[in-house]
Amino acid sequence: MKDTPLSNCERDFLLKAIEEKKRLDGRQTYDYRRIKITFGTDYGCCFVDLGKTRVMAQVSCELVAPKENRPNEGIMFFNIELSPMASPAFEQGRQSELSVKLNRQLERCLRNSKCIDTESLCVVSGKTVWQIRVDVHMLNNDGNLMDASSIAAITALCHFRRPDVGIQGEEVTVYSPEERDPIPLSIYHMPISVSFSFFQQGTYLLVDPCEREERVMDGLLMIAMNKHREICSIQSSGGIMLLKEQVMRCSKIASVKVSEITELISEALQNDKAARKAGGRCGFAESMPQERITALKTDETPVETTDATERANDIVQRAEAPPQTVPSPVVPVPGVGQVGQQNTWGLEEEEEEDEEQEETRMEEDQDEDEESGGGDVVEISDSEEEEVVVLHPETTGKAKNTGSSSHQQAAAASQKRQKK
Amino acid sequence: MFSSLKRRVDEVLLPGDEFSFEADDTISLTEPAKPEKAVCGPGLRRSGDRLVVCKSGVLRHKAPNVFWIDSQQRRYVPAKGESVIGIVTAKSGDVFKVDVGGSEQASLSYLAFEGATKRNRPNVQVGDLLFAQFIIANKDMEPELACIDSSGRANGMGVFGAGGLLFRVSLGLVRRLLAPQSEVRSDLETLFPCELVVGMNGRLWVKSSSIQQTLIIANLLQSCDTMTAQQRKQLFRKVQQGAL
Repeated sequence: MKDTPLSNCERDFLLKAIEEKKRLDGRQTYDYRRIKITFGTDYGCCFVDLGKTRVMAQVSCELVAPKENRPNEGIMFFNIELSPMASPAFEQGRQSELSVKLNRQLERCLRNSKCIDTESLCVVSGKTVWQIRVDVHMLNNDGNLMDASSIAAITALCHFRRPDVGIQGEEVTVYSPEERDPIPLSIYHMPISVSFSFFQQGTYLLVDPCEREERVMDGLLMIAMNKHREICSIQSSGGIMLLKEQVMRCSKIASVKVSEITELISEALQNDKAARKAGGRCGFAESMPQERITALKTDETPVETTDATERANDIVQRAEAPPQTVPSPVVPVPGVGQVGQQNTWGLEEEEEEDEEQEETRMEEDQDEDEESGGGDVVEISDSEEEEVVVLHPETTGKAKNTGSSSHQQAAAASQKRQKK
Repeated sequence: MFSSLKRRVDEVLLPGDEFSFEADDTISLTEPAKPEKAVCGPGLRRSGDRLVVCKSGVLRHKAPNVFWIDSQQRRYVPAKGESVIGIVTAKSGDVFKVDVGGSEQASLSYLAFEGATKRNRPNVQVGDLLFAQFIIANKDMEPELACIDSSGRANGMGVFGAGGLLFRVSLGLVRRLLAPQSEVRSDLETLFPCELVVGMNGRLWVKSSSIQQTLIIANLLQSCDTMTAQQRKQLFRKVQQGAL
């Protein structure tokens, strides 16, 4: 499918805006969009969000025979996939000009800069070495795919752990992660690509162009640099003449941006490491924001709260003890069983509140018990939960106990009564 | 059937939800029994003796018997009579090819402009923006646009002048903007004067006195997509006070 064409009106507007030092999303000339780095459940899986651009990198490894001219060096392989998911203009399974260009640039940025110690990937000299494969998938294209994929690739490589191997004579044993801890790759430095786009034959310069800016730009300069200010690769495309001063200025800007991004990456890696060490929840499923699809729905439901406390007390005194319920076992991660909920009071209360509001909306006859419970909740809770229904079964224990929610609610109510 | 539909009005429904065509349990003996007829709009589909929801969104009802699903999709499907903003992609012979964001490009005859004759061709260049309406929109045929109404008047349609910014929003926001008493529009009116063209295909065109103001309006409208009415009012008030 063809991409949406760029109209003359957009082109004129963009160029005029750039002349006035304005950008579509309100950024300054040298600003990056918001970068967000998240990790998957496995080692070596990394998502990078650069504004609306979204890229996933996955590292995998394999034992192969080495290249003949380099018998004791591991092999690095980079692959960039431009799927139609990212943009309708990308076609499945065909090497487009853009994908070749991005692939080549990523190879130059990561392999040719020798940022990874390939000799440490040798298992038996001349026989077996590790092949490290980096797959970069574009999930959404809003410009500057190169920077996003270089960040994703290097972060995924830093995050990756390869299995340990043992050698007895000629025999090579690969140990599973349960037997021996996997080993991280040895990485000397982290090259990161920074893109500069030029407009009006190099008069104007922008960092991190978005998709529409990329379409109207005259030329592009990509500088890959590490935090020690060593340039790993530099590429100019689009066929514009750049002055020496311009390139120098770009490299200065790049050094600042690279040190910022490197810091962000190491912070993300540390956070993930800490989360894994603590045995907490990690991986992208936990780090995705809660997506609420009913955010537009805001009908208010008034809740009767007059004399709610008295009635509640009355009911609590008269009520009989609820039956003991054992919640169903919960499996937070494979291999770990758990009975009971780790959720807190707040969660229960929110749930009750939701339930209550839904019921009033349906204008059904309310159970007295329920109503008074709801009134009570409104009085004591100061949660800022809005009246939205979360449809994604994610993050909290809330999603997990939907099955047995009624039991739990009863249990929670009883707990509350006992508290009083 | 009616009652089951009416009971779920203003609720979120998901594809696969069903309604059955069974008659109500009680039929009045005094009044003549008239067959129930429901008119299904977008997102509802009849399948045998059931009514199946095929889009996720909120069920809406208009008296007496029209039901549809109000969704927040971004993909446009051409429909006859809708006005859209298109981009001219090619001039070939006597038709222009226009990109409207649908699955296929629409065609527009050079005679379908006000005052156009065989000798007096309209001045349309490739890459120009057009405001036009569909006169043919079938799923099996190439859609066709026209820049005149049935009486041959332009009626606001035609080629756009220079300047302004084109951007995309969801189709739901477009419908909210075009509603007779649109809250978004009235909120927008409190800011600064601007020209706004709303295409049913999710494209908006804004022109204001300065580039800064145009950008503010474009960004505001794009963020309106995911905001509640309160959040929107708060944001607009902030802009009005000159926070941006």
